[in-house]
Amino acid sequence: MRFLLDTEQRAFAGSLDAMLTAADTPSVVRAWGRGEHGPGRALWSRLAKAGVFALAAPETYDGVGPLPVELAVAFVELGRHAVPGPLVETVTAAVLLAGLEDPGPAERLLPALVSGEAMATVAPGPGSYALDGDAATTRLSLDPDTGGLRLSPGHGPVRPSLDPARRPTPLSPGGELLATHPPALAHALVWARLAVAAQALGLGLALLDRTVAYVGQRTQFGVPIGSFQAVKHRLADAKVALEFARPLVFGAAVTLDPADVAAAKVTACEAAYATARTALQLHGAIGYTAEYDLSLWLTKATALRTVWGSPGECRGTVLAAAARRSAALNADDRRR
Amino acid sequence: MDLTHSPSDEAFRAEARAWLRAHVPSERLPSLETEEGFAAHRVWEAELAADRWSVVNWPAEYGGRDADLWRWLVFEEEYYAAGAPGRVVQNGVSLLAPTLFDHGTREQRARVLPPMASGEVVWAQAWSEPEAGSDLAALTSRAVRTAGGWLLSGQKTWSSRAAFADRAFGLFRSEPGTPKPHQGLTYLMFDLRAPGVTVRPIGRLDGRPAFAELFLDEVFVPDEDVIGEPGRGWRIAMSATGSERGLMLRSPGRFLASADRLLALWHAQGSPASAHDRVADALIGARAYQLFTHAAASRLMEGAPAGPESSLNKVFWSEYDIALHETALELLGEEGGAADTDWSEGYVFSLAGPIYAGTNEIQRDIIAERLLGLPKGRR
Repeated sequence: MRFLLDTEQRAFAGSLDAMLTAADTPSVVRAWGRGEHGPGRALWSRLAKAGVFALAAPETYDGVGPLPVELAVAFVELGRHAVPGPLVETVTAAVLLAGLEDPGPAERLLPALVSGEAMATVAPGPGSYALDGDAATTRLSLDPDTGGLRLSPGHGPVRPSLDPARRPTPLSPGGELLATHPPALAHALVWARLAVAAQALGLGLALLDRTVAYVGQRTQFGVPIGSFQAVKHRLADAKVALEFARPLVFGAAVTLDPADVAAAKVTACEAAYATARTALQLHGAIGYTAEYDLSLWLTKATALRTVWGSPGECRGTVLAAAARRSAALNADDRRR
Repeated sequence: MDLTHSPSDEAFRAEARAWLRAHVPSERLPSLETEEGFAAHRVWEAELAADRWSVVNWPAEYGGRDADLWRWLVFEEEYYAAGAPGRVVQNGVSLLAPTLFDHGTREQRARVLPPMASGEVVWAQAWSEPEAGSDLAALTSRAVRTAGGWLLSGQKTWSSRAAFADRAFGLFRSEPGTPKPHQGLTYLMFDLRAPGVTVRPIGRLDGRPAFAELFLDEVFVPDEDVIGEPGRGWRIAMSATGSERGLMLRSPGRFLASADRLLALWHAQGSPASAHDRVADALIGARAYQLFTHAAASRLMEGAPAGPESSLNKVFWSEYDIALHETALELLGEEGGAADTDWSEGYVFSLAGPIYAGTNEIQRDIIAERLLGLPKGRR
């Protein structure tokens, strides 16, 4: 038992953080929200070079994975810098494709995802919106009638989102059938939720950092507002929530148990959302404007709560697994 | 990142589980906060101690098993999963003993620890005072030098376990008028039945005397019962408050077991949808606490100090404990108001969590100032 990141994992986080800090992500996020994908694509290929999209793909398809702990490390940093684009979806697509019985589609599509030449999106359910269908080149959809996995031939209009940098699109029906019953669907959902959980944790940590910095320099009544106990205690609560979400995220990455991942997803997203509310309250009026960068983190924290499994669904997964476990334990007791 | 225990730790788990299955009383013991319950819990502690399960993390020479943090956590999981009774020796074992291991003399350890482990001598903590509360630097009870020892005078309050305990430990002001309030304090152990001690049990919310007020009038304490150097009591005590707030006071095993009991209660009540989210959150919170503890234990095992992170711990478990019990009482409906169930006993106990061991307001100040780096300000 050693439940800590090792030196290499911490160095990986540090190098991504440095690279993203230098990349001026707020301007990338704003451009992405306007549908200008250039800066986002440039950043994307740097992330690919750093190995982010190789983590979920097996070596057979040019990947280095599956490395879920390293993936969680990376997604905390992607969240911390509010990187836009179908990040979670590209990882999910990689897991889905790598898990198909027929290796053909993975051989054809996965290396481009790993190298960053291609972006993927996945509709989480039949007929549901897929993130950034206009930017993605590999669009995976589920057939509403058969549940089969298809390579969608196109996408519908972008629907505006509360988080301007999230651009959901319907996917066009039809297209090449990749699998009739994709066996890796449940497993891909686990990876999607893990990536969202880590991303949300990073968002929350960034919101906390920015707010701590703000209340340290913003003065009222002649002193920094960060010296007021009411302000301190809200930030302390945000810190508690995030620091208890963190081990759930990394624990889930270690076990990849669907219930652990669901627990991490709901907890990290709720902690990030609560931190967003605190950040807005403590920034006051300036935080309530679109032109101040805080909005980029605030709206994303709201959006992540409900994607790839609402809080209610995730809690349901946790309860169902616990019920199965306790039934198994009781049966074990009866046998004694 | 590894979440598996070693085979030898798992063997230790199996041994603990087998012992607990054979020994845990089948009938719930009467409440720890009654004279009868206190006596019954002492008997249980003696049974644990007889097979060296009372203080597994202590050195073998004092009745322990030399268990490291991992084995201690494993034992705690098994202990609470087995439905074993609450620990009447906890104040001594989790607060005084670590201090004696770090700052006590060999003679003190040999004299104090074995009867503590067996429940023969139960310890109460005597830190709080009426005007001090969580501000231990404001203590005014005095220790005055006398031949061969010290004379203690003053008043302590909210002394956990003191209504039925044998001895107590606390901080006393031995050098009045020091430049800083946390200087000149001395850490002493004293007999609750010594001449000059008056113990007045205080009923907590449910009327049970879970703690007491202590009135001290020139109570003699021999030099051998001073812990560490006189006047340095603050620093000596601080090393113990870290473990009080931190993992030693509330092991994850306890909450994992409580969450499982809550899940069973929820099912027994027909799995009402109204409690769906909160039951799930109780399960998730116990897992979060377990994993947080694993990370903290990993750092401690590599030699890192406990540090202000223990304040995160304290805020989390104290609020978690209340939320879990509130959910249980709501599931029980009218019966939740009955005062003689494990859940109601646990609920009353949980309500004190945010108040004692340094109020949660104090903890949040520590988190804000020492972990987030916010400026100090008016309270």
